[in-house]
Amino acid sequence: MIEARGLTKRFGDKLAVDQLTFTVEPGKITGFLGPNGAGKTTTMRMILGLDRPTRGSVTVHGKEFTKLAYPMHEMGALLDAKAVHGGRSAYNHLLCLAETNGIPRTRVGEVLELVGLTEVAGKRSKGFSLGMGQRLGIAGALLGDPGILMFDEPVNGLDPEGILWIRNLMKALAGEGRTIFVSSHLMSEMENTADHLLVIGRGRLIADCSVAEFIERNSVQAVRVRTPKPEILAGLIAEAGGSTVPGAAGALVAQGLPVDQIGDLAFENGIRLHELAPAQASLEEAFMELTADSVEFHAHAPGQRDAGAASTDRMHPAGVA
Amino acid sequence: MATTQIAPAARERLLPPETGRAGFADALRSEFTKIKSTRSTYWTLLALVVVCVGIGALASAGAAAHANEVSKGTFDATQQSLAGLYLGQLVIAVLGALTITSEYSTGMIRTTLSVQPRRGVVFAAKAVVFAMISLVTGLIASFASFFVGQALMSGHHLSVTLGDPNVLRAVIGGGLFLAACGMLAYGLGAILRHTAGAITAAIGLLFVLSVLVGFLPGSWQDHVDKWMPMIAGSQVWTTQVPPDAHQFPAWGGFAVLAGYAAVAIIVGLVCFRTRDA
Repeated sequence: MIEARGLTKRFGDKLAVDQLTFTVEPGKITGFLGPNGAGKTTTMRMILGLDRPTRGSVTVHGKEFTKLAYPMHEMGALLDAKAVHGGRSAYNHLLCLAETNGIPRTRVGEVLELVGLTEVAGKRSKGFSLGMGQRLGIAGALLGDPGILMFDEPVNGLDPEGILWIRNLMKALAGEGRTIFVSSHLMSEMENTADHLLVIGRGRLIADCSVAEFIERNSVQAVRVRTPKPEILAGLIAEAGGSTVPGAAGALVAQGLPVDQIGDLAFENGIRLHELAPAQASLEEAFMELTADSVEFHAHAPGQRDAGAASTDRMHPAGVA
Repeated sequence: MATTQIAPAARERLLPPETGRAGFADALRSEFTKIKSTRSTYWTLLALVVVCVGIGALASAGAAAHANEVSKGTFDATQQSLAGLYLGQLVIAVLGALTITSEYSTGMIRTTLSVQPRRGVVFAAKAVVFAMISLVTGLIASFASFFVGQALMSGHHLSVTLGDPNVLRAVIGGGLFLAACGMLAYGLGAILRHTAGAITAAIGLLFVLSVLVGFLPGSWQDHVDKWMPMIAGSQVWTTQVPPDAHQFPAWGGFAVLAGYAAVAIIVGLVCFRTRDA
């Protein structure tokens, strides 16, 4: 369990992390989501004691990380796969980490096997690919067999195979009852792996809820209908208090009415339906919308309006605590 | 998939001791593994011995070739054979600085501090491991330089033995001098966290400063000269001091150098503990 209370970090006149209060619950994968520069890495560095909070506190299993008797047995972290001395072999890198916490030498061989680096154990890590470096970093985090694992953007820059490997690894680790705290700037990644979400933007907590809740609260419920008589159905939906927009392949996308009611409307008026299905805005859209106001640097595609403004025109999500 | 092997069996075996905590002895073991697992360590230590012995041998052979011109009364055969220490101190300073700055240049420091977040323990373990290695290598370089130098001068009745007055102290002092120079650079490395910067600062403090003092008026020199880290520290590896020289005695001079190193290390420790990594 990781608990942050009013965690704040100021760099000069820039507030990188602003009064974060959250709890990372045990036995779950908690996704820590935010655009680049939102303060995710700074928060993680404060959890590890690498950065000192300007105000507030954060504890791991009820204690400051720096006060834990055997830190590697409590929490393993991978912040940056490049944070190794490239001149040292993978084996010696892991050995020097293991020794700080009295972890037996045999465990080094085990974690190398686990991440599939046994064959290159004797090689200097400066020749490693990004994926191999990531595996080495994860091996280091697993050395102490910790109950909590913290990964900062673990899939960044990996090829599809590497992404899949990390995703499966996180699920397997969570399946063993471990707490996983993983950051990402990609909602789609979290949608596939996380149970719970912490969303931050400009250092502030925007959402703290389960993934299901996040979807429910942030995506507009829409219904996709295909019928040979779209004009008539659109009129009926409008009468009943809903609205429609034309969708792809001649379909209608209806908003403001539940699926059942639209089906009943069609039946009662003798309109033939070819398709009737609930549709949701993707989580990615919901996330973009939520953080649109808090993105550090907006990029504009040529000829496009501000992404945040464009999407708020389209729909108005319910506010999130 | 391999991930299922994280395994309960392994877990029980890996339970940490119920009492105690990850401490200094563990950190020492880790830092020793670190320093012996990079190639630069071996190259630098080899360079140290080669430079000390090589330059000492050149200086000794030079003295032997001009044996007739050497005034036997004031000639210090021990110091002559240890002349390589002047350059050797720079080599050990490079290793001392690298011991800590390489953690910053590679980013390793973030990994190091997230497995042992008690920074004082990490800093002290690094310092002790480097001090031991530099002292042992320094003594090897000093003794090897002495024996090679004396062998080259022995045919010309210039050589001395370890049994002569002050000689053993001076040869051991040579090793201590090198270790102290390395520690000074270690402290500077912790303050500056940058390899090139720390090496430049160490060379500046040890070498350039002593040279610059030479440009001061003579009356100032007498008072300033002896406080220069290299000049003060060098007194411990000389056996004869001219009576008119305004220098500290052997151990007093070494204490001045050790003081510089201690200040650098204490300031370095404060920086290491308080700054964000």
